Amino acid sequence: MGQITLQDVQKSFGPVHIIKGADLEIADGSFVVFVGPSGCGKTTLLRLIAGLEDVSGGKILIDGKNVVDTPPAKRGLSMVFQSYALYPHMSVRGNIGFGLKMAGLSKDETNRKVEAAAATLNLTPYLDRKPRELSGGQRQRVAIGRAIVREPKAFLFDEPLSNLDAALRVQMRIEVTRLQKQLGTTAIYVTHDQVEAMTMADKIVVLNGGKIEQYGSPLDLYEKPANLFVAGFIGSPKMNFVTGEHALQKGAATIGVRPEHLKIERDGAGGWQGTIAVAEHLGSDTFLYVDAGPLGMLTARYIGELSLHAGDHVSLVPDPARIHRFDASGNAIRG
Amino acid sequence: MARMATTRRVVVSTIGAWLFGFLIFFPILWMVLASFKTELEAFAIPPSFLFFHWTTENYATVQERSDYFLHATNSIIIAGGSTLIALLIAIPAAWSMAFSPTKRTKDILLWMLSTKMMPPVGVLVPIYLIYKSFGLLDSRIGLVFILCLGNLPIVIWMLFTYFKEIPRDILEAARMDGATIGRELVHVLTPMAIPGLASTMLLNLILAWNEAFWTLNLSTSNAAPLTTFIASYSSPEGLFWAKLSAASTLAIAPILVLGWFSQKQLVRGLTFGAVK
Repeated sequence: MGQITLQDVQKSFGPVHIIKGADLEIADGSFVVFVGPSGCGKTTLLRLIAGLEDVSGGKILIDGKNVVDTPPAKRGLSMVFQSYALYPHMSVRGNIGFGLKMAGLSKDETNRKVEAAAATLNLTPYLDRKPRELSGGQRQRVAIGRAIVREPKAFLFDEPLSNLDAALRVQMRIEVTRLQKQLGTTAIYVTHDQVEAMTMADKIVVLNGGKIEQYGSPLDLYEKPANLFVAGFIGSPKMNFVTGEHALQKGAATIGVRPEHLKIERDGAGGWQGTIAVAEHLGSDTFLYVDAGPLGMLTARYIGELSLHAGDHVSLVPDPARIHRFDASGNAIRG
Repeated sequence: MARMATTRRVVVSTIGAWLFGFLIFFPILWMVLASFKTELEAFAIPPSFLFFHWTTENYATVQERSDYFLHATNSIIIAGGSTLIALLIAIPAAWSMAFSPTKRTKDILLWMLSTKMMPPVGVLVPIYLIYKSFGLLDSRIGLVFILCLGNLPIVIWMLFTYFKEIPRDILEAARMDGATIGRELVHVLTPMAIPGLASTMLLNLILAWNEAFWTLNLSTSNAAPLTTFIASYSSPEGLFWAKLSAASTLAIAPILVLGWFSQKQLVRGLTFGAVK
């Protein structure tokens, strides 16, 4: 079991409020990603759950039990750190088995579990090596091995992939997701990378300035962003925002349209007129950055190759069903 | 062309380095050589470098006149004891300052260091009087105590910088792995800090071994370490260069050997944090 509930959790360092009252319900076995810009409090929130920081207010319930006064060692959670935080003087075997040793398991039992974890993570040939003799990806796997071997109530991941190169990051992303599904253990994963968030999560928590902006499934966030911040943060390239007359016509202060929901017309008279400033041809996609005069810069995405170039005139027609409307305070208008 | 220039530069700088090293080492070499000369040859002008009558008679005289082993034992006890006690106090002190610093931690560190800025002679009279009242003059325990206090700021500073370099993440990982503070200290922190502890210990041993101000002033015979032993050869009867050299050679030999075997640790200790 690993159900985690936050009730009005607050954290301040002196006069600075880092977490301004977070309420959250994390179901057993789900993969929840905390995402947000740097300084939004996502790592602090994770550390509060881990017990590495003390809350300034509120409750953290693990399986219904308030753990705010329980030391990290007793919460039954395990954590994977951004820096891996392996014990440099221990072998891979020692690193993975450390938690079991602390729990007082017998040598045989420890060895059996360590070897099983190592086999899952393809670490068997490296069991007797020291962390410094491993590559970045292998170290990462040792850190994950250390987390899974204890069969915790939940895994906490603190930007675990950000020190890896791009190719390895994609591979590890898939491995971590698959491993979590296979084990069925609750996971909380902190990242600033919204692609990681979208691809890995069952549910995403978008944080900004110490507040939870929205909590929902990746597609919920994509299709129904609760406010301007979430709309701008989720999705790549970013959503286009238009204010003024066009927005007022739709009964909103701001309207937003994702680049993939703009229809590109070469010489249409309708829609938003502009001149291409930059065209990016990726083969699979074409990204157009269009200078639309009073509307500012707009981004449009075309699936496949589109032979348009800088200086060409285009008209961008928003898909009427995919226009997001926001009121003056930035909240989404539904209906 | 460029290659030749580089080779020449390497040769020149190598020769330069050797010359410089020799210059630094020369007094020690000269002392060792002088210890094997007769008193007459020891201050002969022009001095003879290698071609003199080699003799070990000075060493025999020195051992006969004063008990080298007594003083060496004193040195070991005083240097070893003061280092051990200093480490016992400094480890928890540095640990708490490195891992749970407060607003005043930096000030405390500076204040500790500031005590090293005062010339020891400034407190010689009060310390001497205190020692006299407590019967600590010419006692090993008195010297252990004063050297320990004298070097404590340096030991704490060194350990603090070492502990500071240990990533917090690793200690937190141990905490997440279920380790209590005690087990975290034993299984994670101490093994990681061993190089730092070792070089701090070595440096402090050398400092304590060579310390002459307090040992000369607070001891005469019973507790006198090797520094006092050397000093006794620049005596009222006049200077006996050869014997003084023999005594000095004997006095520095143990620490020289220790330093030689641990030079890697020492260099690391002294330049710690300076290079990444």
